[in-house]
Amino acid sequence: MIAIVDYGVGNLFSLASSLKAIGVDSVVTGDKKVIEQADKLILPGVGAFGDASFKLKSSGLDVVIKEQVKNGKPLLGVCLGMQMLFEKSYEYGEYEGLGLIKGKVIAIDLPKEYKIPHIGWNALELVKQSPILKYINQNDHVYFVHSYHAVDCSESLVATTEYGKQITAIVQSGKVYGCQFHPEKSGDVGLKILKAFCEEK
Amino acid sequence: MITKRIIPCLDVKNGRVVKGVNFDNLNDVSSPVELGKFYSDCGADELVFYDITASSDGRKLFTDVLTQVASKVFIPLTVGGGINTIEDFDRVLKCGADKVSVNSGAIKNPQLVKQGALKYGDQCVVLSVDVKRVDGNFHVFAKGGREDTKIQAIPWIKKCVGMGAGEVVVNSIDTDGVKGGFDIELLSKVCEAVNVPVIASGGAGKIEHFTRLFKSIPSIDAGLAASIFHFGEVKIANLKQQLKLNGIPVRL
Repeated sequence: MIAIVDYGVGNLFSLASSLKAIGVDSVVTGDKKVIEQADKLILPGVGAFGDASFKLKSSGLDVVIKEQVKNGKPLLGVCLGMQMLFEKSYEYGEYEGLGLIKGKVIAIDLPKEYKIPHIGWNALELVKQSPILKYINQNDHVYFVHSYHAVDCSESLVATTEYGKQITAIVQSGKVYGCQFHPEKSGDVGLKILKAFCEEK
Repeated sequence: MITKRIIPCLDVKNGRVVKGVNFDNLNDVSSPVELGKFYSDCGADELVFYDITASSDGRKLFTDVLTQVASKVFIPLTVGGGINTIEDFDRVLKCGADKVSVNSGAIKNPQLVKQGALKYGDQCVVLSVDVKRVDGNFHVFAKGGREDTKIQAIPWIKKCVGMGAGEVVVNSIDTDGVKGGFDIELLSKVCEAVNVPVIASGGAGKIEHFTRLFKSIPSIDAGLAASIFHFGEVKIANLKQQLKLNGIPVRL
């Protein structure tokens, strides 16, 4: 059973549906006990970092997630949920993340011919082997929607995408994974990434 | 490199797709779920569902089928039609929509764009605008293109983007249905005016029209069409192959 952590941010329907499509049981929950009993965790999120970070902390789920990761439970952060894995974000201020992966989140700074947010399908450039890439090929396309990106995270960097510069797309540190894009909106490629995560021991 | 998106638009009335025709391997052409899945399998990058129902019973049917689509189709879903209040945003987002398209609702109450962007983020709010030339000026039309609001299109689009619209769908009434190609003049002006993704709509009749669109306006992000996909005149897989051959980045 996979627990999709519900802390009041974003629409979790598509994530739950995509797991169902690959035959994986999941539960959308904000209940500490259910999270503790789950085999793996997915941390979703859309919206602004400050608001999401506040909600995660005020619900006490930040502590629960950190505990579970310490105990060796695999965790996948998606989009804003991925950004929350890092130490800090500078989205409209300065906020602390979960600190599970080294690095920080800053605005994508590009010449003005590049539109922000970075919206659409872009190619993955794989830079390092990782269990989450088990079914993924170089240049597979995934769907991005974001205005901020993770930097100073070379140790955990697994894949990037090109949008005026190299943008962090997938990170991994131990059993903590993060995808900047939306695997639940990335067609078959996205489902394969979720499948690989679900097969992580 | 970010790819150019190809987006089929499906009109839904009382929970059924309007204007569907037969495809191979498709049992029920009027089923939003089957047709949506079919397009997704063919390589569509995103789907737009437009609710053209007038009754509240029909609205309920729409959200029911939307939920079914979102549980089977794993590409971005944009929903429009009858979005007049922030409660309408809630209603469709809960059913699995990723983006909400506002048109007449924004004309009646421009604050709707701001409210949607503040609550759900800019990326969630798509401004859809029907534009027609009147005495050499681009005017915004309402009520499905029947009523001239006298609003100037380019300032209107800039205003809405300023309030938080994260994407703009520009439908040219002048080229719509003519199948002579997209409205390059209008779309170029919109692309110069705003720095958010712009989606071209109205006028596509064949593959070359998409090639010309992306070649003429390098900053345009996507091409949207309805009937040419529904009637099989243009097959999405062929279209994307042709775009690729012409050096236009697409997801295959």
